[in-house]
Amino acid sequence: MSTKSTENPHFQDHLMEHHHKENFFTKYIFTMDHKMIGKQFLVTGMFMGIIGVMMSMLFRLELAYPEQSFPILEFFLGKWAPDGVMSPDMYLALVTIHGTIMVFFVLTAGLSGTFSNLLIPLQIGARDMASGFLNALSYWFFAMSSVVMVVSLFVESGPASAGWTVYPPLSALPQAMPGSGAGMTLWLISMTLFIVGSLLGSLNYIVTVLNMRTKGMSMTRLPLTIWAFFVTAVLGVLSFPVLLSAALLLMFDRLLGTSFYLSDIFMGGEVLSYSGGSPVLYQHLFWFLGHPEVYIILLPALGISSEVIATNSRKPIFGYRAMVGSILAIAFLSFIVWGHHMFITGMNPFLGSVFTFTTLLIAIPSAVKAFNYITTLWKGNIQYTPAMMFSIGLVSTFVTGGLTGVILGDSALDINVHDTYFVVAHFHIVMGLSAIFGMFAGVYHWFPKMYGRMMNKSMGYAHFWLTFITAYGVFFPMHFLGMAGLPRRYYSNTAFPMFDNLADINVLITYFAIIGGIAQLIFIFNFFYSIWRGPKAPQNPWKANSLEWTTPVEHLHGNWPGEIPVVHRWAYDYSKPGAEEDFIPQNVPLAEGEESGH
Amino acid sequence: MNTVSIIVLVVLAILTLVQVMRISEVSSEIQGGKDNEVSEKDNDTQGRLMFFVGMGFVISVVVMYIKWGPLSLPEPASEHGSEIDGLWNLSMLIINIVFFIVQPILFYFAYKYRGKKGTKAVHFAHNNKLELFWTVVPALALAVLIIWGLNVWSTLMMPENDEEPIVIELYAQQFNWTVRYSGSDNALGFASVYDIEGANIVGVDTQDAASADDIVTKELHLPVGKPVLFQFRSQDVIHSAYFPHFRAQMNCVPGATTNFQFTPTITTAEIRQNKDVKRHVEEVNAIRAAKGEDVWDFNYVLLCNKICGAAHYNMQMDIIVETEDEYNAWLNEQKTVAETL
Repeated sequence: MSTKSTENPHFQDHLMEHHHKENFFTKYIFTMDHKMIGKQFLVTGMFMGIIGVMMSMLFRLELAYPEQSFPILEFFLGKWAPDGVMSPDMYLALVTIHGTIMVFFVLTAGLSGTFSNLLIPLQIGARDMASGFLNALSYWFFAMSSVVMVVSLFVESGPASAGWTVYPPLSALPQAMPGSGAGMTLWLISMTLFIVGSLLGSLNYIVTVLNMRTKGMSMTRLPLTIWAFFVTAVLGVLSFPVLLSAALLLMFDRLLGTSFYLSDIFMGGEVLSYSGGSPVLYQHLFWFLGHPEVYIILLPALGISSEVIATNSRKPIFGYRAMVGSILAIAFLSFIVWGHHMFITGMNPFLGSVFTFTTLLIAIPSAVKAFNYITTLWKGNIQYTPAMMFSIGLVSTFVTGGLTGVILGDSALDINVHDTYFVVAHFHIVMGLSAIFGMFAGVYHWFPKMYGRMMNKSMGYAHFWLTFITAYGVFFPMHFLGMAGLPRRYYSNTAFPMFDNLADINVLITYFAIIGGIAQLIFIFNFFYSIWRGPKAPQNPWKANSLEWTTPVEHLHGNWPGEIPVVHRWAYDYSKPGAEEDFIPQNVPLAEGEESGH
Repeated sequence: MNTVSIIVLVVLAILTLVQVMRISEVSSEIQGGKDNEVSEKDNDTQGRLMFFVGMGFVISVVVMYIKWGPLSLPEPASEHGSEIDGLWNLSMLIINIVFFIVQPILFYFAYKYRGKKGTKAVHFAHNNKLELFWTVVPALALAVLIIWGLNVWSTLMMPENDEEPIVIELYAQQFNWTVRYSGSDNALGFASVYDIEGANIVGVDTQDAASADDIVTKELHLPVGKPVLFQFRSQDVIHSAYFPHFRAQMNCVPGATTNFQFTPTITTAEIRQNKDVKRHVEEVNAIRAAKGEDVWDFNYVLLCNKICGAAHYNMQMDIIVETEDEYNAWLNEQKTVAETL
């Protein structure tokens, strides 16, 4: 593919004019600068993340000490925790909103929104995104959707409570549970806004990566971060519209009396006038997004860790082409595996066989990625920045969680652990932890680029170790709960004496969850402290090759003060034999007689 | 008042932290250290920590297997269950081998190649043979798992019957289960939500001849050694009939009928003599005695395993597996639809 420079010769004058007109609103609020929009996504995502994590701490408290009274529950939940005892409805609401917030608001918008916006123009050598306006619009749709989601927590009948997958009929009928009233309507509105924002962003990322690469930046010279963001955006564009249709049809069923998902329902002493719909249709539509969504969350984290691991091992990422190939293979396969969430819905068993086959195939590109990371570490000269620590943590969780996928993807084995804590353990480790570790790695690594200051490394180390240990402490024991047959989304396990001997494990998990949750304060403090007080960052603090480190520390609209740099090599010329330094930035021309790998 | 004092405390704590940070930064500047550059000492410390904590994690997994492995469900009480468990054990063996090789290597490399001044990393960008190796080996392992898995799946989903299975309907509603036996004709009469009225809680069509000998009950008894074909219906939201001890599960979907067939192989009386079950019961009863709760005896249990509303966590039914004679005796005591409706 040929690359064109879209440089406008008058750009610089144009740029200077802009620079002086900025005021608070144009700079921080209605900005169209991709770097600022990235920061907006990050801070909004962090805010939502705090809500999501706090919710998990509340329901963990309930699970460890079922039906016991805690004043803190009444403080946060008010009438939903009379006398400090959480009500079952509120428990379901908390797990639902925790899931929704973490999956969509933190790990989709907060992760991919932040780093796609920040890094795509900087790493491909572009002045900004293809459309700054669409980009701003994308953030503001996300912001509105966050506001609606937070507002939904305060409605009289409670927030949505049918699980983050909101399967109808439970989510469709206000008679089925209080959370399916106004809270559910707001949930659907919020998700609709969210999807619009996500689509605007994704289209922009795709166009920018395809059309705005600087001279010499061929697709095979792109840093793996950009490959990951690009493929993520393609996944989003192809799958989010299907979720939108699922949400709209659910809205029609709820508000207009249609029967897309509903049929033969007897509730509240009468047969409801729905006929001919199928709740399983919703699940097909939901998981057609839902499974690619897992990779929408995971791929950016894997891209970030590829970059961080290569830079801090001072080595080229091992098997660049295989890494790109496995990203593409994972992305392709992710569209034909959604049925593995539905093995026991009564779906045709033949379909179950097909989905088992395609699902287990995903293990192959995933294994390639894991082994390539480990080989990148081999004979490296590892620099332990906090970002590097989180990236190694990511490789560990990606392996641990990925392995249990081999079990859950197998329809015959899924039967007995479906919807148990085994599943909770699996997806939290492989998707939740890996993605959040990737996000932390990204924040620590590109903080100097975002704010021109360094984060405190000692707090970074403390944050990593506390998070790493408590995260495994929370989720690894859950495998054993699942193997004992404990279903997820149970308000308490006390109704079944057979689970009485699991109570101790639940208490232990809750301790880890609370310590791990509190440990995040270290990060939040470090983040905000460093924005204002952190030591000034040098231009290229990690001695990295990619183009974002050739821009000045001070942000300016248009990124580079002079010409856009021309790229002469791939992003991974680390420790190249014959070179004096152990890194060669992408804009450095090939030395005489030097061979270009890419 | 309470809230205000908490807020004041939090603000003061943050301010203190900021000051402590500033002092530590100023003092390290005075000593000439560059506080935020990764030093050789950091690489050494963190690299060693990677090794110790990483290996600690791997060892803790062994400890968890020893300590909590026995909490797993007891031996399967159904014919297909042992096939599932066989496949499960092979899959677990494979993933554990990978886990206990890959994790230690990762943390060992993290330690061994921690950055040292004056060393240079090896420029090693790709190696086709290596990459081919770790594409092909997982592919082979997965081929085995896929082929075996699909075999088990198809025997489960399309069982070959030597004898006609007993047809039993499990009917789900928020938040309880109802059982309908098909009676002597082994055929369930037509039923739909439109026929629900008064005592006819599952909506049996009494005009349908097949329904006359149906038996509607709140107890689930199964004869040992006989194939049972469960048909599932739900009247309101999706539920999931989860029989963990029989390695069986199927969703109950309003507007559709789903089914799952299995053959119980161990009676309730027999499984209570199983040593794992006995130990489980002792453990649980020790805990219950300490809390002053009733003594518990083991029963197979049917759980709801799809979120269905506030009392989802308590939607259950005991399952009694007994000899054919006991089963028939119990069934004969039950009243048919013709007698009750």
